[in-house]
Amino acid sequence: MADILSVGIDIGTSTTQLVFSRITMENTTGYFSVPRVSIVEKAVIYKSPVLLTPLTTPVLIDGQAIRDIVADQYRQAGFTPQDVDTGAVIITGESARKENAAAVLEQLSGFAGEFVVSTAGPDLESIIAGKGSGAFQYSLDNACATVNLDIGGGTTNLVLFDSGSVVSKGCLDIGGRLIRLRPDRTVERVSPAAQAVAQAVGVTLTPGQPAALEELTKITDKMAELLAQALYLLPQEPLLRAIQTPESTWLDLEGRKIHRICFSGGVADCMAGDFPDPIPYGDIGVLLGRSIASGLLAKTIPAIQGTETIRATVVGAGTYTTTISGSTITYARELFPLKNIPALKLSPPEQDRCFAGESAPLAEQIRWFLDQSSADRLILALPGRADPSYGELQHLASSLAQALDQALPPGAPALVVLEQDIAKALGLLLEDALAGRRKVACIDGIQVEQGDYVDLGRPVMNGLVIPVVVKTLLFG
Amino acid sequence: MNQEMIAAIVAEIVRQLQRTGNVELPSQPEPPSEPPREKEFEDITSPACRAQPLVDHPEDPEALARMMKRTTARIGVGRAGPRLKTRTLLTLRADHAQARDAVFADVNPAVLEETHLFSIQTLCQDKNTYVTRPDLGRQLSPKAVETLRANCVKNPDVQIYAADGLSTTAIEANLSKILPVITQSLEKMGLTVGTPFYLRFGRVGSEEHVAEVLGAKVVCVLIGERPGLATAESMSAYIAYNAYVGMPESKRTVVSNIHKNGTAAVEAGAYVAEVIAKILEQKASGVDLVK
Repeated sequence: MADILSVGIDIGTSTTQLVFSRITMENTTGYFSVPRVSIVEKAVIYKSPVLLTPLTTPVLIDGQAIRDIVADQYRQAGFTPQDVDTGAVIITGESARKENAAAVLEQLSGFAGEFVVSTAGPDLESIIAGKGSGAFQYSLDNACATVNLDIGGGTTNLVLFDSGSVVSKGCLDIGGRLIRLRPDRTVERVSPAAQAVAQAVGVTLTPGQPAALEELTKITDKMAELLAQALYLLPQEPLLRAIQTPESTWLDLEGRKIHRICFSGGVADCMAGDFPDPIPYGDIGVLLGRSIASGLLAKTIPAIQGTETIRATVVGAGTYTTTISGSTITYARELFPLKNIPALKLSPPEQDRCFAGESAPLAEQIRWFLDQSSADRLILALPGRADPSYGELQHLASSLAQALDQALPPGAPALVVLEQDIAKALGLLLEDALAGRRKVACIDGIQVEQGDYVDLGRPVMNGLVIPVVVKTLLFG
Repeated sequence: MNQEMIAAIVAEIVRQLQRTGNVELPSQPEPPSEPPREKEFEDITSPACRAQPLVDHPEDPEALARMMKRTTARIGVGRAGPRLKTRTLLTLRADHAQARDAVFADVNPAVLEETHLFSIQTLCQDKNTYVTRPDLGRQLSPKAVETLRANCVKNPDVQIYAADGLSTTAIEANLSKILPVITQSLEKMGLTVGTPFYLRFGRVGSEEHVAEVLGAKVVCVLIGERPGLATAESMSAYIAYNAYVGMPESKRTVVSNIHKNGTAAVEAGAYVAEVIAKILEQKASGVDLVK
């Protein structure tokens, strides 16, 4: 049994939160089998209050103030940066994502522990929120298709799980703070996405001018309708495409029927709560919550009560971003930790060519990839083969070794990640084939997609496994 | 059936014939146009057939399919009255037949040729003796001892060999994949690996005798496990340090569940080599080994 301490920090458009979780690992096979280490428990041990995100302008985050908040929360929780083994910083928001990320990273780098990663990207946030809300676990426990809608201030992150695996994800610029109002109910700020929705329903919102409740409700009703369109309950109109969050993918149900829906994010609390004042927070959060609760979405798909609402993303970031490798792997210990390694994924036909002993196409692919991502190293992601023969594996190892030798700078490590449980055997053969020219890390049990970035931590559990974080987007 | 009933049946047939007006005489059986193709018979033990739900009118077919995907247990098979459906029964019997075959068949000589193993035998002369006399399955025949002395490297760090145990299917499925991985990994660590061979009618306990004859520090037998109804291909590696006849069972280290749906043979091989290295380092195996 071993524990690691994980931190999750979510810096959103409107709120900032932090949680500490303890992740417990255990060898779950008996004494008589090949070991298989699994994460057996994830316990949130400290939750910060929901704090307002400090801003310097309406869209820019105050990095220095964020740093102070994080430092203060570490003190409150009784941890130092050295105690933290892993975790994630997530920065969300409908605009200025890159600038904010740069500012925050600069302030938090070296502060939040050695192996803390900064991840972002709307798609990954969708998955993280769906895991933090409990929708993922529900779909796993009940073997059904569950969709999670994390409706925050700036965006709605959508994810569809089926029996505990991610089917599809997406993100829309729909949120509770897209329209901000002053206490006298005049318009303070309208985001471009909200402006587009307003236009579609024939409402004109001008900063400084008063906004009528009926007009705002018209807008939030339309937003609720757009969410129903995103889940294919209604025909999709072009407006839906217009409010798709940049760099997010399009939710595709892949022919599945959605069995359950789960709502998280701040607006989820507005759906159920009793608010005598329809605009208690100076925004349209409560109105949007009401529109969704009385709309087609809530009527058509049975809803489940999630385990987290407004904290879904931060709990997901703190407890679900770190996974562990398979338990029979090959590695040179001194390689770790490794951070931000871009992944080159081989398709099954490309992998078949390597199994057939061809290394030239792969070498060419590696050169192109390094050039494209202006990197000097990479991790090869392979599906692998179930129960391969020894000869097959030897061919694969020698093809990989040749291609890496041809295309990688001298001394750069040979990094391979497989889905199938064959990494220990392949790694040993790869070490043979490279004859000490490169250090080898060959791990399995991890699914990586083209364009992902991978972080590999120091081995834990007597060196049996490696903590791994797979990220979909890196800040520049 | 009494006379009265027969008379009634005949009368009914005659009445029907009179009504339709034609009497169809039993004709010559038609010559079979073509021999039945094998394709027409489904392999009921195939994964595709096993995945078919047999419940009539399930409440939620999708949920049933998902549940069946999550277990190898025979769920979703429905029933005929209080009993199993014919197809379920046939699948069970087919699986049982595979298990019996695994126990009673001899290992395919081609597998031994591919892995360059010569064969020796225990004191058992046939499968029936082997199954009924576990004691004889642990002792090498005098001829086997002689063959080992003549053909094998003496006093190696590690002696690896294969034995049929209770499943020759397991040997056929895994041996050629696991053996080279273990051997090469150990040699890479600078250990001497003895001459491998195949022991027919061999039990786990034969490794004590083998270790004594060859003077191996560590002995490792790759052996077919008793087949169940889920798989007949499961192999285990039983490893012992300084094995001697009469050694307690607790001195054995085992790596089990080696098959395509458990741990793949190549991967298990890499792990077994690591365990053997650990055993040599600690000079201990079984419960004495600190993993």
